[in-house]
Amino acid sequence: MKKLLAIFLLAIPAVAFAQHGLQLERAPIDLHDKASLQRGAAIFVNHCLNCHSASAMRYARLQDLGLTEQQIKDNLLFTTEKIGDTMAASQDVKISKAAFGVVPPDLSLAARSRSADWLYTYLRSFYRDPKSKTGWNNTVFPNVAMPNVLWEYQGEQVMQVSERRDENTGDVTETHRLVIERPGSLDRGRYDQYVGDLVNYLVYMGEPAQTSRKMWGVVALFVLSFFFLLALLLKHEYWKDVR
Amino acid sequence: MATIEKTPVTGAGPFNGVLTWVDQRFPLVAMWKEHAAEYYAPKNFNFWYYFGSLAALVLVIQIASGIFLTMNYKPAAADAFASVEYIMRDVPGGWFIRYVHSTGASAFFICVYLHMVRGLMYGSYRKPRELLWIFGVLIYLCLMAEAFFGYLLPWGQMSFWGAQVIINLFGTVPLIGEPLAIWIRGDYNVSDATLNRFFALHVAAVPLVLIGLVAAHLMALHEVGSNNPDGVEIKKNIDPRSGHPVDGIPFHPYYTVKDTLGVAVFLIVFSAILFFSPEMGGYFLEANNFIPADPLKTPEHIAPVWYFTPFYAMLRAVPPLFGSQFPGVAVMGAGVIILFFLPWLDRGRVRSIRYRGPRWKRFFAFFVIAFLVLGYLGVEPTTVWGAFPNGAPVVGGDYVALWAARVLTIIYFAFFLLMPWYTANDREKAEPQRVTW
Repeated sequence: MKKLLAIFLLAIPAVAFAQHGLQLERAPIDLHDKASLQRGAAIFVNHCLNCHSASAMRYARLQDLGLTEQQIKDNLLFTTEKIGDTMAASQDVKISKAAFGVVPPDLSLAARSRSADWLYTYLRSFYRDPKSKTGWNNTVFPNVAMPNVLWEYQGEQVMQVSERRDENTGDVTETHRLVIERPGSLDRGRYDQYVGDLVNYLVYMGEPAQTSRKMWGVVALFVLSFFFLLALLLKHEYWKDVR
Repeated sequence: MATIEKTPVTGAGPFNGVLTWVDQRFPLVAMWKEHAAEYYAPKNFNFWYYFGSLAALVLVIQIASGIFLTMNYKPAAADAFASVEYIMRDVPGGWFIRYVHSTGASAFFICVYLHMVRGLMYGSYRKPRELLWIFGVLIYLCLMAEAFFGYLLPWGQMSFWGAQVIINLFGTVPLIGEPLAIWIRGDYNVSDATLNRFFALHVAAVPLVLIGLVAAHLMALHEVGSNNPDGVEIKKNIDPRSGHPVDGIPFHPYYTVKDTLGVAVFLIVFSAILFFSPEMGGYFLEANNFIPADPLKTPEHIAPVWYFTPFYAMLRAVPPLFGSQFPGVAVMGAGVIILFFLPWLDRGRVRSIRYRGPRWKRFFAFFVIAFLVLGYLGVEPTTVWGAFPNGAPVVGGDYVALWAARVLTIIYFAFFLLMPWYTANDREKAEPQRVTW
């Protein structure tokens, strides 16, 4: 019995090892930071929603972020949308398809299919590439159809390739580094914060109920621990006479 | 016709009258006695004996949550994905119902796998429990079908491509393969028609069969009586005064309260996952399934959900024969079907692992490890452990993990197929006369 349990436990770490190539940076996610989420929502509506949609997300739901219906109407609705509408792309899908060759994906669940860290790293990894159709490329998503929409803020990065030759072996090692060639309106730290806010919002939008889900989780575990205690006492009471 | 007056029900306070009325028209008291109050179960059940009742609980949870999901889910290719997100966002408490169902699916398999390994350890499939075991394997088969049909319903990328891959497996069956696959899909491709029929099978057909089998499983159990960690028959020691087994205790109240404790612990673990990590790191809900199904875009890496991966690893491990993948499919199917024959493969004289000989223990340990590692390999691409160095004398397949899966598949089958020999003359210990704690 004990040996078997040990075998089971030993097998668990084997399952846990799973390595993936790309090095992602940790996104600063804090779903309790309402100010960050509100900034992120504004960035999303202003910059992403031109081409991308968020068809599962209703504008009215943004009240979760501490906004009133009026604030949402005044600041986040631009054209003919109603507050109960889901977020549609302002540009016609056909135009986007003609411009980029692909339909820009719906972003409702982007944070769940891609992960926050992926989005955070991706949005900061655009660089100038004259060979690509849009003039932009990305280290996280090579040959991506999307240009760097936020270049005005980040500035223009270029890929710097430096070669180092090992004197003894003759092996050449290449290092790739993204450097900002023309600065944008935000410095590096503030741009990271800017993208952080956006990704924070995307994580919220991936599952708007997640904050309340965790709150209910605490309630459920609290109630269940009482149930457990009761069940334990009951069991001991009944089993006293089993010999 | 005169009614045969039964003794009135007592002990139910104000309900005595009603229950007496019912009992005179329905075998209420008799059933209660047969299946609970006077069903004598061995007193020495341990940790492993919780998972039968827990699996039954999960079945109830799945049916209840499933009913509420059907109220808002739309089984059409154009609406399915969006309707799941509608449940997650716009239906009050919808996220809870959906996560209960998705977590419940994995919990079901966890309970059933632990329940099955219990049966293996303590020889619960041995005479006279062969039919009980067979009903159990049928439940497991049904559960696999139920999980497979249900997994298509969210209509995400993994739903679509997982179904595509599995149905194509049927397409490899010689002669009838292609028509069979089309018959299952109802189309040349996984499509709206497939989704519709899978919905019907998932919410009506398979659950009905499942409930029937569970009833049969319980009836067979209560006919032959429960096995126990010592594998000795408690019915051999009957107390002459009471007429009940000396080592038996009535299921109610002893095991009803004990199983309630199990339920409490289970619900705590279940809630911890459901409320704090419903994706379980991508094992319970896969990231790719948050992308709507796209028949034109094959995902880089298609892997089934964790509970199918041991068999999926076997499938991939078997090399194709004459350009057909059928041998792999046959091996995968045999991996499940072989469970039916277990009662007749085991020739040991004792039932429980406690008194089994060293040979059986060794085979069993290797079997458990093989199953777990196969499960891990089924999640990962075959390249996960890298390739053999150039020039290594490896036939057909350069990847280490592929060969590991081949060896493990052989171990899995060796456990069953060699059982008649290694159990025949094993150095077993003597079973005790009475159950021990």
